[in-house]
Amino acid sequence: MTAFRILFLITFSVALLFAPIGQSNYIIYILCSWLIFSISAMGLNLTLGYAGQISLAQAAFMGIGAYVTALLTMAGMHWLVAVFCSISATFLIGLALGYPALRVQHHFLAFVTLAFNALVFLVLRNEEWLTGGSLGLVGIPRPVFGPFDTMKQLPFYYFTVVCFLVTAGAMAWMLHSPWGRAFKALRENPIRANSLGLNTTRMTLLAFAIGSSMAGLAGALQAPLVQFIEPGSFTLILSLKILLMVIVGGSGYFFGPILGAALVVLLPEMLRFTDGYYLIIYALLVLVVMIFSPQGLLGLGRKLLIAMKPRKERGDLKQGAQL
Amino acid sequence: MQTETVLSVKDMTKHFGPIKAVNGVSFEVKKGEILGLIGPNGSGKSTLFNCILGQLAPSSGTVQINGKSVAGAQAHDLNRLGVGRTFQQLSVFPQMSVIENIIMAGQEHHGTMFTRLFGKSDAGLTGAAEDMIEFFRLGHLRDEMAGSLSYGQQKLLDAAMAFMAGPGLVLLDEPAGGVNLTMLQYLKERLITYNREHGTTFVVIEHNMEFVMSLCTRIIVLAEGEIIAEGAPEDIRANQNVIDAYLGG
Repeated sequence: MTAFRILFLITFSVALLFAPIGQSNYIIYILCSWLIFSISAMGLNLTLGYAGQISLAQAAFMGIGAYVTALLTMAGMHWLVAVFCSISATFLIGLALGYPALRVQHHFLAFVTLAFNALVFLVLRNEEWLTGGSLGLVGIPRPVFGPFDTMKQLPFYYFTVVCFLVTAGAMAWMLHSPWGRAFKALRENPIRANSLGLNTTRMTLLAFAIGSSMAGLAGALQAPLVQFIEPGSFTLILSLKILLMVIVGGSGYFFGPILGAALVVLLPEMLRFTDGYYLIIYALLVLVVMIFSPQGLLGLGRKLLIAMKPRKERGDLKQGAQL
Repeated sequence: MQTETVLSVKDMTKHFGPIKAVNGVSFEVKKGEILGLIGPNGSGKSTLFNCILGQLAPSSGTVQINGKSVAGAQAHDLNRLGVGRTFQQLSVFPQMSVIENIIMAGQEHHGTMFTRLFGKSDAGLTGAAEDMIEFFRLGHLRDEMAGSLSYGQQKLLDAAMAFMAGPGLVLLDEPAGGVNLTMLQYLKERLITYNREHGTTFVVIEHNMEFVMSLCTRIIVLAEGEIIAEGAPEDIRANQNVIDAYLGG
């Protein structure tokens, strides 16, 4: 790891610690939302950005994670048990949803996952005996860890920060291991990767399952943050929003979804001073980013860095130019 | 002492509806041999390759590698049995550096899936990967993105990747296609050196007659899905059937 990266990580972690100091409960709530959506978007970034499999079902997995945690904690179980169940359930369902990806790709796969999102929404809305139907579930408790009670907004923020940092650390570890290279190989040339001994079936399913389980974790944090969940919170619109976070931030870049989530969650709040125009300005900004940098903000940053960096002349190119 | 048979294909047939792409092809390849597979376009060479490599299910016939049947084996299973391959089209990972491409080509042969998750980032392969890119004289491009290399350099990288896991048998699909003369000499010399140093067996599909005749120790000629000639390069050059069907006057 370069000195620049270490310095950046320290600054980022310190900024996370001090960000909520002196802020209102609402701002702290928005910061929590940003961290939670960052976790979900990091999961989609693994599936889409690293492994190259499109998914429009991330909101459905957040919904499953949120409902499992809500039902279990409301039944008296500790959040730690509930989150384990949420992650396991979304991992297994994600594994099953990965099977269509073995047969169909690109927009076909997008429609398969979109249909799954619609299916989950219908189950959450119609199975009232379990999910409370359109009225949702109210009064979801926040976790207590011995003397550390997350009932107030600030402790809940720090609890979310810990979950975010642990997840980001685990993700960084995995992407830095040979698994990360295998996911990229799967994205870039699955037939070649397969011919080099990579079990592409297993890696495709894992990309879906791990990405989905991260959405499950995000849902398990979302439920106690809002303390109320209903099916309308986990529709296709949210899946598209999470996709936007990944694309705008930079798909396939580690910090892309975190930056993208900041843009999608925090920017509309920062633009509220413009009164009724904030959504128009926000939409225009997103359009400009997408037109001028289809690889997202981090892709643009990388291009600028490469352009500014003095390059060594490649001997083979010099030789070729003289032919 | 009898030389060990590395690849054995028996009565291989592949039909696409009424079209017989491969029709009752049988041959064996001995350890250390460089076998050329030539024939006009549509003669069934690539279909035969894909049937051997498990990417197409043959209509009938068997494939044995080192005496073991590989019926139903997937490409990654074959790779683990020691079969490497290159593709007709460029087939590298363009957004990964040259060294990353080579490490990727070897990492699945080191440890288990879970030890790879908790092991070293390079799976302990940086040294071996550097040796391999030096062998193919790509050392000066070590950290360049594979997609930024010239066509010929990507062909060399493609070949280097096929050798990284130390295969006993390598199937090369048109390695000379689109490669300039200097690079071609380079590639041929490297393949012959590798064959001599490691005793690796090659099966090569190629249209470049100069390349295939000077590289291979034995040649099989296919036409309309069937073997029409088999023998040493000089015999193939003189074979009237081959001249009529493929080489021309």
